[in-house]
Amino acid sequence: MNLLHVIGNLVLVVCCWFLSLISLNWVSNGGIMTVKSGLIGGDGGQIWMKLWDQISVFGCKIQHHYSQYIGPKKLRKNWWRKLLIAWILCGIILSLSVFWYMSSLALDKRKETLASMCDERARMLQDQFNVSMNHIQAMSVIVSIFHHDKNPSAIDQTTFARYTERTSFERPLTSGVAYAVRVLHSEREQFEIQQGWTIKRMDEQTPVHEDEYDPADLETSPAHDEYAPVIFAQDTVAHVISVDVLSGKEDRDNVLRARESGKGVLTAPFRLLKTNRLGVILTFAVYKRELPPNATPAERIQETAGYLGGIFDIESLVEKLLQQLASKQTIIVNVYDTTNFSDPISMYGSNTSSDGMHHVSALNFGDPIRKHEMHCRFKQKQPWQWVAITTSVGILIISLLVGHIFHATVNRIAKVEDDYNHMMELKKRAEAADIAKSKFLATVSHEIRTPMNGVLGMLQMLMDTRLDETQQDYVRTARESGKALVSLINDVLDQAKIESGKLELEEVSFDLRAVIDDVLSMFLGKSQDKKVELAVYVSSKVPATLVGDPGRFRQIVTNLVGNSIKFTDKGHIFVTVHLVEEASEMEFERDESLSGLPVVDRRRSWSKFRSFNQESPATSSSSSDQINIMVSVEDTGQGIPTEAHSSVFNPFMQVGPSITRTHGGTGIGLSISQCLVHLMKGEIGLASSPHIGSTFTFTAVFSNINGQQQVNGSISSSEFQGMRALLVDPKKIRAKVSKYHIERLGIHVEVVPDLSLGLTNTPTVNMVFIEEEIWDCKNVGNPKMLILSNSCSSDSARSPFAITKPLRVSKLAASLQRAMGMSSGGNNLSREIHALSLRNLLHGRKILVVDDNPVNLRVAAGALKKYGADVVHAERGAKAITLLTPPHLFDACFMDIQMPEMDGFEATERIRKIELGIKNGIEDGELSVEAYGNVSNWHVPILAMTADVIQATNEACARSGMDGYVSKPFEAEQLYREVSRVFQTMSDESH
Amino acid sequence: MEVDQLQRSFLEYTTSLFREGFLDGQFGQLQMLQDESNPDFVVEVVSLFFEDSQRILNDLSITLNQQNVDYKKIDANVPQLKGSSSSIGAQRVRNACIAFRNFCEEQNADACRRCLQQVKQEYLLVKEKLEALIRLEQQIVAAGGAIPMLNEFS
Repeated sequence: MNLLHVIGNLVLVVCCWFLSLISLNWVSNGGIMTVKSGLIGGDGGQIWMKLWDQISVFGCKIQHHYSQYIGPKKLRKNWWRKLLIAWILCGIILSLSVFWYMSSLALDKRKETLASMCDERARMLQDQFNVSMNHIQAMSVIVSIFHHDKNPSAIDQTTFARYTERTSFERPLTSGVAYAVRVLHSEREQFEIQQGWTIKRMDEQTPVHEDEYDPADLETSPAHDEYAPVIFAQDTVAHVISVDVLSGKEDRDNVLRARESGKGVLTAPFRLLKTNRLGVILTFAVYKRELPPNATPAERIQETAGYLGGIFDIESLVEKLLQQLASKQTIIVNVYDTTNFSDPISMYGSNTSSDGMHHVSALNFGDPIRKHEMHCRFKQKQPWQWVAITTSVGILIISLLVGHIFHATVNRIAKVEDDYNHMMELKKRAEAADIAKSKFLATVSHEIRTPMNGVLGMLQMLMDTRLDETQQDYVRTARESGKALVSLINDVLDQAKIESGKLELEEVSFDLRAVIDDVLSMFLGKSQDKKVELAVYVSSKVPATLVGDPGRFRQIVTNLVGNSIKFTDKGHIFVTVHLVEEASEMEFERDESLSGLPVVDRRRSWSKFRSFNQESPATSSSSSDQINIMVSVEDTGQGIPTEAHSSVFNPFMQVGPSITRTHGGTGIGLSISQCLVHLMKGEIGLASSPHIGSTFTFTAVFSNINGQQQVNGSISSSEFQGMRALLVDPKKIRAKVSKYHIERLGIHVEVVPDLSLGLTNTPTVNMVFIEEEIWDCKNVGNPKMLILSNSCSSDSARSPFAITKPLRVSKLAASLQRAMGMSSGGNNLSREIHALSLRNLLHGRKILVVDDNPVNLRVAAGALKKYGADVVHAERGAKAITLLTPPHLFDACFMDIQMPEMDGFEATERIRKIELGIKNGIEDGELSVEAYGNVSNWHVPILAMTADVIQATNEACARSGMDGYVSKPFEAEQLYREVSRVFQTMSDESH
Repeated sequence: MEVDQLQRSFLEYTTSLFREGFLDGQFGQLQMLQDESNPDFVVEVVSLFFEDSQRILNDLSITLNQQNVDYKKIDANVPQLKGSSSSIGAQRVRNACIAFRNFCEEQNADACRRCLQQVKQEYLLVKEKLEALIRLEQQIVAAGGAIPMLNEFS
């Protein structure tokens, strides 16, 4: 997302910069000179700086707008769209203007070319014309000298014709030259006689064809003041001889102007008589004598002797000229006589309409009155401006492309945002589904557990009845299956809880050794069935009481031991508990395993633990009251293939599909264990070799119970305190285990490898424990002999008491009691033990039961009364508070959670508050201890009663200050567990 | 009548009640709580249950017949009935209560009324059965026999 935004911004800024550059260029197109001069002048830098400032401010503004609009999506979308349209419009305008600019440049260039070409032609025409004119003027001088100044004349018609003929190359523009003499009326007759012809009148109205032209047909000129008959003519124009040029209107004007000005004079263009082409006549006056340049017109008229005229064929003239020049094809030339401005006379060229571009060049033929112009046009129209077209189209395409990219980017951003929102929605839904799944699992597990508890309860009751062996077996199997199902459900529930991160650990004090013993007793049957030796050893350095979550700890150990049992068919399973600090001192004895079978090096199982790889873990843990426990479970089972080591802790992962078929199970046990170990701030690892066995090791951090460190985990109340025992076992490691258990009873143990050796050395022992292996039937001594046996079916006839392994402190105590004759015959059924213990625990206790439901109240009271408790009931929380306000005589209280007016949590909280107030009051000396029965620290155990074992109950109970909870209706085992726990801690506190 | 026969019919009746689902293990637990020191325990509890349930059912009928149903009141009463019925093991009443409570959470008055009818019906049924059972018990006691424990029947 962020990246896209950044890119979008960048594109925007670049676009703005580009736009403003273009606009700048455009604006300064006219005034580019000023900018340039500014640059040269030195403050150009400032201008550029300002410009850049403006651009960046604009960019910032856009960015500002952009970030402002990022919130409301629709607004932003519209904004984008407007910008896009503006951008495209800009692109179109830009491309059009570029096209216009470039084509105008091309036009200008074309115009320039035309002008230069036209001027060039005009100049050449003018030059050639001038050359001819000069020659004609020269001829006028010749005529003046040789005709008029000589008498008789040196020139006659023949001479003139020959001369003109031979010098015609000098006058390329003239088609002919003729000389007319001035004849006054008085001299006419004499002149006509001298010449032999009459003066003829020019007939311009009816021009006739050359072939039919005959001077004889012309009329004789009428009488005038003077005449100007042609006497000499070039052969090409010989037909004009004898024609009076003054009789033609055009010619007359010409002649009159010529003699007045003394310069060459041009006629308007007219159709030539013979060729019928357009031409002009240039007339020069010939004077009788050389006149001064400042002579007046009257003097000039007076002195005029004749007139020399040259006929210019303009059309052929121009054509000839154009032929001489290259690129004749490209332009069309028109020559006009524009003396009469409103009606120009075309002298050359087709009379096409001049709609396109044309250029006009002025022509000066030396006659100031006559004005001539040359018009030039390109023959072809202007070709397509491909460069301009391609450039502008290119710019258009580029701007459209940029627009498209922009559009695509915006769309992409919008799409990504939509996708993101969609994903968020999906994520939310997935999370909701996950929560729903967890809830569903919790609910379903709970709903399954409730009827399962019914089934198990009924089975238990059924077991209590008189059943024969087979029936007993069936019922036991059914019960075991049910229990397995419940534990599986619990596993699934745990997994769900762990996955949703809702699992929280308890913080209660517990006896680790007892927990381990419990776990061991659970697997008693199985291990005996499989003939696998099950043993436990807890290091004496491990404190007796730890604070942590015994249930979860038990779960981990159970999982590991359960796994080991599943995969071990011979040999042993050995659970050891040490402090982590001891691990480094531990040595591995390859030959010395519990069952004699080879085992894997257990040190490998913790070699990857972080706490071992770090330096000085021991000092840090021992300095605080954190106790770092390390538990190893060693077995001699089939082991785990090396490639599966990494995956065994994944949920639902088993070594192979065959495992599932052979051993069953869901494969989540280890995964849960791993999670639990992590929750206990520990690590778990394994070392395993196929066909040798596996060792799982985990560490867990518990806190030490404040101050009092009972390093020796002995049961102080044991009646065996101070006795001495001899343990005969050749195997060191097994002896160590046995010694540990026996010492827990407070018995002093001495280990000897051989019985005879032991008896001779230490005569004052109360009992002798002998490993079954080395038991010799004949050897019956005075002290009580006990055999440590692995199987329960050992022959009882073999006299001394056999104590079946695995050793547990309770079992050992019971066996010893039996052996020493201290106790009555025990009853093995745990239920009855529980009932008995409950009776012991509850007998004579004064217990308050609080429940708003009279039926429930009655049932709970009945159940408690059955165990000999003195029950008082209360129906309301308020009443309970009154009854439980110290001083009172209640030993415990069972409190329903769901009660109207005041629920169990609230009532408990209030009671705790009152107790705390009294405690503080006594400490402050405001209240006397005597008034509260010499007890300063009142804390009546309150147990919640609840029908719904909901997830939060445990935490909720702890939060409101309750000591535990029992489910309704009462179940003997749970009741026993909770009550014993509560009374245990009570007695602990009173100590 | 012979005590034996009475005892047998008592057991048969009890098992039929279990089989038909009127009662569950909890009732067995109740019976186990009854001993020499507390001979009338079951009768006491059961009659307490009758009293309590009758009161709750009346309350519920009144509440549900009102124009504006006070669901809070129902929400307080139904769990109570559920609790007491599960305490004595009248599981069909309890199950009906569970459904009732769900509809109450949905605030569906019609369904609640239907549920109330069902709960009432179940209650009357179990009441009839339990009364018969207690009558049998009293007959056994009157005949001088001991009330046989349910689980002794195998």
